[in-house]
Amino acid sequence: MSMWASLNRSVFKKTSTFFLAAALGTFFFERSFELASVAIFESLNKGKLWNDIKHKYEH
Amino acid sequence: MAAAVGRICGARLLKNYGIVTPQVCQLSTGAQGWTRNRKIWLSTLGVVSGGVGALLFALEQSVQASGSEAHPPHQPWSHDGWFKSLDHASVRRGYEVYKQVCKACHSLQYIAFRNLVNVTHTEEEAKAEAADVMIKDGPDEEGNFFERPGKLSDYLPSPYPNENAARAANNGAYPPDLSLIVSGRKGGEDYIFALLTGYMEAPAGVVLREGQNYNPYFPGGAISMAQVLFDEAAEYSDGTVATASQLAKDVSTFLRWCSEPELDERRLMTIKSMGMFTLMAVVAYYFKRHKWSTMKSRKLAYKPVSKK
Repeated sequence: MSMWASLNRSVFKKTSTFFLAAALGTFFFERSFELASVAIFESLNKGKLWNDIKHKYEH
Repeated sequence: MAAAVGRICGARLLKNYGIVTPQVCQLSTGAQGWTRNRKIWLSTLGVVSGGVGALLFALEQSVQASGSEAHPPHQPWSHDGWFKSLDHASVRRGYEVYKQVCKACHSLQYIAFRNLVNVTHTEEEAKAEAADVMIKDGPDEEGNFFERPGKLSDYLPSPYPNENAARAANNGAYPPDLSLIVSGRKGGEDYIFALLTGYMEAPAGVVLREGQNYNPYFPGGAISMAQVLFDEAAEYSDGTVATASQLAKDVSTFLRWCSEPELDERRLMTIKSMGMFTLMAVVAYYFKRHKWSTMKSRKLAYKPVSKK
């Protein structure tokens, strides 16, 4: 609770730091969400994708 | 119609409550406070729209049953499913089948050699595929058209210069372009697979004209294309045994990719949107509880004022 309160006081109360926090949060959320989705997709389709078969054709 | 709409609106479905903040009783979805008229009109609306939907569904089903062609059985495609990508090894084999068999009559005019890069072929392989064919280009400085080896940016060359030439060479029948054929035919790749493997002797009573063949999956049964996929009709570079059904399966998968090159992208987008909407649903649920907490926990006290 106190951590939340101090975060609220030091970051979210001020417009400049609030928007900085939103921008940084967006960046890190997007990166991790994208990587997680792609990892799920590739593990579900293991062996079928181009990345899984291209080693046979590249020299 | 207008009267019905008026009655339904009169039943306070769309009533504007003005600037007064929404009261709990107005936002409630319970039917306890409804008038008799409102109940009658809304249940009539529900029954009618449900009945019309059921009728349309039944008509659609009966139309399917009235045709003379056989319905293609569903095959267990490896790209069937919300999250399943195309099998790229199969797409590559399907391209080989197209190149060795289908290309003799069918064009694939919306697929360029560059589309193959990082889907079925490496860049070097795709360049070599393109260089194997001659592309008509021009005019040059003297105004003449000339032939040159293909480049990555070229589209796959068509076997005939135009539709009339294609008809003249095929007994009057036009071999359709295959770029969008899987999306354009009812049944999709199931239909293509069933058609390619479904050739049979014409049953008694079916009269075929010169150059026609019988295929129960083709509307009408008489198809101008002969059976082309036999065992070993094409050769695979990866050593897969080229049975007729393997060839048909691979070329159907390849044609699904031609129709929907973005299929893998959409499957990935399904995963992403499900994750995103789950997060947003959690936020929306919390926000609803948050906003309603005051409404649900408040008490209204009525205090009569005595006259004296």
